[in-house]
Amino acid sequence: MPLNSKIPAGPLESKWKTYKSTCKLVNPANKRQLEIIVIGTGLAGASAAASLGEMGYKVKAFCFQDSPRRAHSIAAQGGINAAKNYQNDGDSTYRLFYDTVKGGDYRAREGNVYRLAEVSASIIDQCVAQGVPFAREYGGLLSNRSFGGTQVQRTFYAAGQTGQQLLIGAYQALERQVSLGNVEMYSRHEMMEVVKIDGVARGIIARNLVTGELERHFGHAVLLCSGGYGNVFYLSTNAMGSNVSAAWKAHKQGAFFGNPCFTQIHPTCIPVSGDHQSKLTLMSESLRNDGRIWVPKQKGDNRKATDIPEEERDYYLERRYPAFGNLVPRDVASRAAKERCDEGYGVGASKMAVYLDFAAAIMRYGKIEANKQGQHNADAAAVRTLGEAVVKEKYGNLFEMYEKITGEDPYKVPMRIYPAVHYTMGGLWVDYELMTTVPGLYALGEANFSDHGANRLGASALMQGLADGYFVIPYTMGNNLADDIRTKAIPTDHAAFVAAEKEVSDRINKLMSIKGKTSVEAFHKKLGKIMWEKCGMARNAKGLTEAIAEIQALKKEFWSDVRIPGDINEFNPELDKAGRVADFIELGELMCKDALNRNESCGGHFREEYQTPDGEAMRQDDLYSYVAAWEYKGESQEELHKEELIFDVVHPSQRSYK
Amino acid sequence: MEHNTMNLTLKVWRQKNNKAKGGFETFNVKNISSEMSFLEMFDVLNEQLVAENKEPVAFDHDCREGICGACSMYINGRAHGPWHHNTTCQLHMREYKDGDTIVVEPWRADSFPVIKDLVVDRSAFDRIIQAGGYISVNTGNAVDANSLPIDKQKADESFAAATCIGCGACVAACPNTSAMLFVSAKVSHLALLPQGEPERQLRAVKMVEQMDTEGFGSCTNIGACEAECPKGISLENIARLNREYISAIMDGDSTGA
Repeated sequence: MPLNSKIPAGPLESKWKTYKSTCKLVNPANKRQLEIIVIGTGLAGASAAASLGEMGYKVKAFCFQDSPRRAHSIAAQGGINAAKNYQNDGDSTYRLFYDTVKGGDYRAREGNVYRLAEVSASIIDQCVAQGVPFAREYGGLLSNRSFGGTQVQRTFYAAGQTGQQLLIGAYQALERQVSLGNVEMYSRHEMMEVVKIDGVARGIIARNLVTGELERHFGHAVLLCSGGYGNVFYLSTNAMGSNVSAAWKAHKQGAFFGNPCFTQIHPTCIPVSGDHQSKLTLMSESLRNDGRIWVPKQKGDNRKATDIPEEERDYYLERRYPAFGNLVPRDVASRAAKERCDEGYGVGASKMAVYLDFAAAIMRYGKIEANKQGQHNADAAAVRTLGEAVVKEKYGNLFEMYEKITGEDPYKVPMRIYPAVHYTMGGLWVDYELMTTVPGLYALGEANFSDHGANRLGASALMQGLADGYFVIPYTMGNNLADDIRTKAIPTDHAAFVAAEKEVSDRINKLMSIKGKTSVEAFHKKLGKIMWEKCGMARNAKGLTEAIAEIQALKKEFWSDVRIPGDINEFNPELDKAGRVADFIELGELMCKDALNRNESCGGHFREEYQTPDGEAMRQDDLYSYVAAWEYKGESQEELHKEELIFDVVHPSQRSYK
Repeated sequence: MEHNTMNLTLKVWRQKNNKAKGGFETFNVKNISSEMSFLEMFDVLNEQLVAENKEPVAFDHDCREGICGACSMYINGRAHGPWHHNTTCQLHMREYKDGDTIVVEPWRADSFPVIKDLVVDRSAFDRIIQAGGYISVNTGNAVDANSLPIDKQKADESFAAATCIGCGACVAACPNTSAMLFVSAKVSHLALLPQGEPERQLRAVKMVEQMDTEGFGSCTNIGACEAECPKGISLENIARLNREYISAIMDGDSTGA
């Protein structure tokens, strides 16, 4: 099947405008007859469900959490980008587009990225209108800060809780539609299968996680807004429940999976403290605005950070990348940290950490504050106190979180940080309308592959989730449903629903009947270890080949030895997790295959065989300037399809942040 | 960071489902590291139970970084345990010492019925938001975000109220199981912003009505909610809610009368 990205013709800056003014519309009376299913209630799902409900469609929204407000978008810290140019620093739609394509190491579609940059400004307007309390200056206007990979200040934020505030805004809009009867909300429900009729997605099988009952739901269209799959690594910054299952079921039903190996390893996370670790915690990238990253110049230096004099510290990002310094993109910063630790310069008990130091920022802010207050001769202690107050206002909640987890006070000693799995740029392949290769089945937000290429810039995930949900799907949905207005709601006793439900039920029964000896958790940890060691921050052909074999063996072991206590027809978190881990195992294999296929390094995908003499990622544009879209062909069988990437405007070059 | 290990006795509330009678069950856990989070200690317990072919303890949790509001354990008589401004998932075991006994219960409130073990149903909070915890603005065509400057102090106060994570600790901590801190945080968040102004009175009235319908208790100014709130939501919000509610009722027209 040839992949058609459906990018509208015409100049880049008029593609979306042309699409919007020429797409088909659905009249209000017909909208009331059209039913849409939304899976997931994070930024993409909640904004889509609310917007489609407002437009008059009949929407059903599903989330596995106890409330839509808990979706993992809530945990995003640093901010959301928008090309507002409020700071008058030369920002524009084109610059945001350019930074995003370059940041993604030239592996994203120009048309999609330009649209994202174009609607970014409207997102901020919409959120402010909803009452999202963004940070403001004393003059009452919105405040901005910098993020990695850019030289302008275009990031809007609400302390270190931007995701929370944006999600609560979308959640409130969603609950308003629930109260108006336009959206029916199903919390503590998990999507188990996509139901296709005549090749079109027409509904889902869901499981009520409280009672264990299976339910059939019809929809003229199904939207997957189910997030990313970072938990395939077991340890990640994702929430414990974040999973790939909805996307994986869709994949098995014919939706191609795009660039599965593109994983973002975030440079600033709290390091692993021991085997008991269940998840990793991010320290926002915004901290790199003021924190300086360093390791000792001497290998294996065991002195306390505060005892190491300035001249014996290696501020390696500032040294290697003077133009961007501590604000290089995430993939570059992560690899640089790994390089230092692998070379023996790491700090802390595990030696797998680097310092993120605020001492200089505290003194700098302290001096400004002292001058403001007319204390021109303030001593160091007074300056430090004033500076700590400024830093507290900017990052207080993050510093508090760090102290709770580590027991150390980051105002006094530098933070210890290390890269951790954070985001997955890969996801279901979608066209310009966000439709997968299954007609009627869409993927939004992190669940799709579309906008970030091989590396996502900071503060762009929130932007993409809300762009897809508020500003893209309301148009593209109508363009497709306009052809469906004669399709009556299909009763759920249709044979396709019966068969899909039976399939789901058989699988659950099979899982429960294994009654083996090993816990779901133990399998998940084993999978994570394989993935992190062989498909993590650095990959090579030998390791990936081994990983594929190991994962296939793990899959056999899982299906013959997993132990799931409890019953089917009750609240049973072990059973929920078992289904998710089973899907992660299959996905893990595909990720390794994809990483093995891509004989180049780009963005977060670093193949050790392909690097420049100074250790930077080396792309092979002539061979790999394509989206790898994988088609499921049966157990462990995947067929590769290629969507060529065409760059009309930006010319791929080696990314330089020097 | 220095760390040590400990052995602990846990007394945990077990309840098969909403209809079954619950009771405490005692467990011993060994070699717990002081660096673990409280929920990681529960992971150890649950792995142990699975190994013994017993049913693990059900508890709500998701982000494990103190922001999603899912976790909800009542630990030694306190919502989210002993640490100030903290959620259960961020409580770490360095708080405890070898030989300690820890009692863990679910949130206790009639409006939060138990689903299983430590898991309760907090959908009442969603219904309170549905009653009016929003600004009625549809997607698209909002005015430029900087067209309306907002006094920084008000914006900051609004943000402080908006940091509520909807965990329900305020209800669990209150002897009356009042939801006033939760409701007042939302009313304040929106009332302090000019965008929230048009629906201000109706919102306060509708949300309070729904709170009462859900069966939450009355506020008698005890202050346990503020003391146990992981996000430090201030009691001042309750005072503001009372003012908003009274002025709405006095005005009359807000209820459609």
